[in-house]
Amino acid sequence: MIDDLRARLESIAGNGDRLESLVGDGAAVDTSSVAGDSLESDGQLMSEGSRATGTDPVVDVADVSITLGEVAALENVSVEAESGEFLGIIGPNGAGKTTLLRTISGVLKPDSGFIRVDGQDIGGLSSRAVSRLVAVVPQETNLAFDFDVREIVSMGRTPYRKRLSWGDRPDEAVVDRALAETRIEDLADRAISEVSGGERQRVLLARALAQDTPVLLLDEPTASLDINHQVRTLEMVRSLVDEGGKTVMAPIHDLNLAAHYCDRLLLLADGRRTALGPPESVLTESNLESAFGTEAIVTNHPVTGSVYVMALPAGAIETTKPPVHVIGGGGTAARLLYLLSAAGYEVTTGALNEGDADLETARLLGIDAVTLEPYSPIDDATYERVLERVREAAVTVVADVEIGEGNLPNLRAACEAEEVVVVADRPFDERNYTGVRGADLYESLVEAGTETQSAELLRTLDVIVGAGDSEGARSDDAVEEYGS
Amino acid sequence: MAVRLRSVSWSAALAVLLFATVTVSAGIGPVSIPPSETLKVLLNALAVPTSISVASTSLVTLGGISIPAPLLGYSSLFHFGVPETHTIIVWNIRMPRIALGALVGFALAAAGAVMQGFFRNPMADPSIIGVSSGAAVGAVAAITLPIPFGLHSAAFLGGLLTAFGVYVIATENGRTPVATLLLAGIAVQTFLGAVISYMLVLSGQSLQEAVFWLMGHLHNASWSEVGFALFFVPIFFVILAWYSRDLNVLLLGEEDAATLGIEVERTKRILLGVSSLITAAAVAVSGVIGFVGLIVPHMMRLLVGPDHRILLPTSAIAGATFLVATDTIARTGAAEIPVGIVTAALGAPFFLFLLRRREVHAL
Repeated sequence: MIDDLRARLESIAGNGDRLESLVGDGAAVDTSSVAGDSLESDGQLMSEGSRATGTDPVVDVADVSITLGEVAALENVSVEAESGEFLGIIGPNGAGKTTLLRTISGVLKPDSGFIRVDGQDIGGLSSRAVSRLVAVVPQETNLAFDFDVREIVSMGRTPYRKRLSWGDRPDEAVVDRALAETRIEDLADRAISEVSGGERQRVLLARALAQDTPVLLLDEPTASLDINHQVRTLEMVRSLVDEGGKTVMAPIHDLNLAAHYCDRLLLLADGRRTALGPPESVLTESNLESAFGTEAIVTNHPVTGSVYVMALPAGAIETTKPPVHVIGGGGTAARLLYLLSAAGYEVTTGALNEGDADLETARLLGIDAVTLEPYSPIDDATYERVLERVREAAVTVVADVEIGEGNLPNLRAACEAEEVVVVADRPFDERNYTGVRGADLYESLVEAGTETQSAELLRTLDVIVGAGDSEGARSDDAVEEYGS
Repeated sequence: MAVRLRSVSWSAALAVLLFATVTVSAGIGPVSIPPSETLKVLLNALAVPTSISVASTSLVTLGGISIPAPLLGYSSLFHFGVPETHTIIVWNIRMPRIALGALVGFALAAAGAVMQGFFRNPMADPSIIGVSSGAAVGAVAAITLPIPFGLHSAAFLGGLLTAFGVYVIATENGRTPVATLLLAGIAVQTFLGAVISYMLVLSGQSLQEAVFWLMGHLHNASWSEVGFALFFVPIFFVILAWYSRDLNVLLLGEEDAATLGIEVERTKRILLGVSSLITAAAVAVSGVIGFVGLIVPHMMRLLVGPDHRILLPTSAIAGATFLVATDTIARTGAAEIPVGIVTAALGAPFFLFLLRRREVHAL
């Protein structure tokens, strides 16, 4: 992680030098786009920098339309990719991501428009010439026979092969380097059918590297890989872009990985370009809604700072169920808030101190929350506001929360509720810091209401509010799956 | 380098085996001749060209076309003392048949290896796109109908026309999907099967000759047939070998191959055309001999792996050995039987054995 960060910082520094020298030369530099970028998204800054140099794009897709069978797979799509840029292609299934890739690799011929790679129109080039410009890492390949890994990687040298050199001597060095770059030297003599899925993908990546092309296309590089291999693959691709100067275009299904690793994203929907730009400008709630037809919440990831997308089950934001007030704190209610809002309840919460983990979650989910200053106890005014929401709510849920002097008024407010559900994953004694007063209040809550555990919450609520219809049950299943 | 070394050493070892098989086979028959004697006859026949001249009066007839041929003067390398009768039996009676068997086996196994790689299908063999059926139609027509073609020419042309027809049927917008090709080949084979049956029903007197041809045979082989095969087979084999690396890349799938710089459709056309030619040349002189093109490449793939740079030459040589050996069995039984029966009778159980051992599950 640290190494990675350092590498990135160095690459930014290097880029800065380049920018400076360009400014010094009096070249027209569009610095506004650089200045506009947040410093955290370093890859971003880099690509903006290289774009500012005004060089011709390495990949220039101009107004490409293509029809497959009866279906218009791509309609007037234009996109450019610069040298040393990682361009992610996102969009729903069937949006044309793979079609775009196959068109750039020359496998499909566009009906109209053209594609230039390194300034050459690939429509007029032989397959051999195209394969010296563009290498493809396919998602799947027919490898059900026993070529060894080195032989597969050597096939990447096909575009440079002279027919009469029948042996495999001259390109050995390139093949060795490709094996080293993808860290599969150890596998070189193993049969391809004996290596795992993740290794197999690196073999295909090595094969593409052996092609020694300026442009690398990866078809869904993270599909069917476990999370460890997904990240390792993308880290590897990222360093090929940063250090090897490759231009990479790749459809990526996981929007968060795409946002984290790509310099820019191209959003396709129904064969059309819906958005193109830095991840934070492409991954907006309205773009995602129109492209994917799904409700999503877009925020920044607390650790990486990248744009972070969380999809909600269909209909989650349309509240069809009665209002529920949740009393929590210290992160004890975060999961409950998510489950409840995903299940369609109109959720309120509070009172919560600023900085509380539950409050962060509530904000992510767009939940109305009663708030107060950090570390300050609940005052009378705040108590009134909580009470108001408790009275409006059909059910008040008390999470498995620690009770101290500061938030004791929350419990008092809960006593006024029409229906109370008490979530008790731990015994109350263990989380009570208010002695008898808290214990008495809690006991009366349990007596008046229903005690349950967080895993059972939705079912308990369904019984109380009488939402036992089949459709409701099915969406609850979906939520359970999400929640677990 | 390793690949070339492996290819050459495997091929050399198999060539030694082929030569041994030929030597032994030439001694087997009604008159038994020890291998040391046949070896001497074979060595005596070895000659090197020492002079060349072109005479317009000397014509070589190839598939009905006559072309002027260069005349070569030869000198023998060895002069072992061998009884005249042995020389005649080995060289004039048995060797034409053995040489033809070797060439046909060589051609069929090479075409089979190419077809299995090309179709990425373990059941593919040289006749998969209808070459054998077409050749059979041509041959049966030449036997039973008054057509102005010789048997070999009719079979050769019939095979090629059929392969071309299947290719045209399966091609759309300049692309020939192999699955379509396979299905079109099967449909055309079925249709031609009906045509052959119809001609056989109407054949009358010549029925036996036609059926015998259809079963695949090498008897009555003459040096002129060997010459016919010897003219075509090596040329086509060299072209196929030339494309063995492209075949390796095609094994990864056509789209991968295209992104690796192979002109897929053109390469497919060449491979299909040349393996059809080599198959048609073999079938024209020997009839339909099954299983050589299917089983030998599978056997060799188990031994040498999928790399066509090794697989293709080794399959071809092993195919030659296989057919020489099986034809020896065919001609030395109580009654002479067509070799096609022997190859199928030995080949099919062996294939099933491989299948059960799961050795043949994919390419």
